[in-house]
Amino acid sequence: MSHVATLGILRDRFGADKFTTSEFRDNFRIIVAPTQVFAALQCLKHDCGFDMLIDITAADYLYYPNARDRFGVIYALLNMNTGERLYVKTFLNEPDLTLLSAFPLWKGADWMEREVFDMYGILFEGHPDLRRILMPEEFTAFPLRKDYPLRGRGERHNFPVITRAEG
Amino acid sequence: MALALSDSLFLTQLDKLANWVRKNSLWPMPFATACCGIELMATGASRHDIARFGAEAMRFSPRQCDLMIVAGRVVMKMVPVLQRIWLQMPEPKWCISMGACASSGGVFDTYVTVQGIDRFIPVDIYVPGCPPRPEQLIQSVMDLQQKIDKTGTLTGKEFARRDQSERPLPLAVEVNPTEAVVAPGDFTTATRLRLK
Repeated sequence: MSHVATLGILRDRFGADKFTTSEFRDNFRIIVAPTQVFAALQCLKHDCGFDMLIDITAADYLYYPNARDRFGVIYALLNMNTGERLYVKTFLNEPDLTLLSAFPLWKGADWMEREVFDMYGILFEGHPDLRRILMPEEFTAFPLRKDYPLRGRGERHNFPVITRAEG
Repeated sequence: MALALSDSLFLTQLDKLANWVRKNSLWPMPFATACCGIELMATGASRHDIARFGAEAMRFSPRQCDLMIVAGRVVMKMVPVLQRIWLQMPEPKWCISMGACASSGGVFDTYVTVQGIDRFIPVDIYVPGCPPRPEQLIQSVMDLQQKIDKTGTLTGKEFARRDQSERPLPLAVEVNPTEAVVAPGDFTTATRLRLK
């Protein structure tokens, strides 16, 4: 199924004004509103044949020139039969950084969404166990945001020192 | 007087015996977290043989080891684990910090990587390299053997003297973490550390 057919199905289901597309070489992206993401993913999975979720990631456009929104969440999908790849993108702004979880559609979204939450602070409603996956549980900041410094805020050296005399 | 002399002579000989026994049977605890672990394995393999120095018994239980070789970068999530393993090792114990990442954080000056395990663990020998070749690790074991020979005692009195933290001294002003590092061209600010 080429992208023309996929876009046709999406247009029929949602209406032509509900999403935009952009393309560069073989990278094809569909941009939807945050409230439409789950429905769009469901339609792509069941009707357009994009049955594999490759990755969920996010981007912080805080210092990006000409950016309108702060966060972008990107879903990478693959059609295993035709080998087509598709990227579904939504843009989020503070304070409501919540999306519906893709866990009901793909079980692999579990850890991917935990990683997005850990690094960017984007919450996923309906996720079975949304907690930090890479950073320690007691970590308070979201490290991959652009306003978090590369070297951290001193968390990495905040541990007791053991001298040779005491152990 | 003569009794005291022979007494201390006896103890010195005991020290020498203890040192000889301990240095020739340093059983490593391979705390291999990253790429240096591969070189550690290579050092234990047949071409560069650490067994020649008595260190072939790489037990993974800290209770049975006396030398902890920290090979690889240590992240902040790992520091409590590292400290617990160190505390579980029985005396006398020594620590080798293998590689650039364990000694100083290496190339990873980020929010997770500890900039040198000597900030949290007492270290005896540092091995530079990324990764250090097996021959360098063997040299470090030999250096440790020499250190034990020269400064070791039967009862481990030399350890009680090290009661200060051996973290890197602030020789220079560490640049504020949020300050951008200027690309070379401006050599006064092109390093992380500005000399006082």
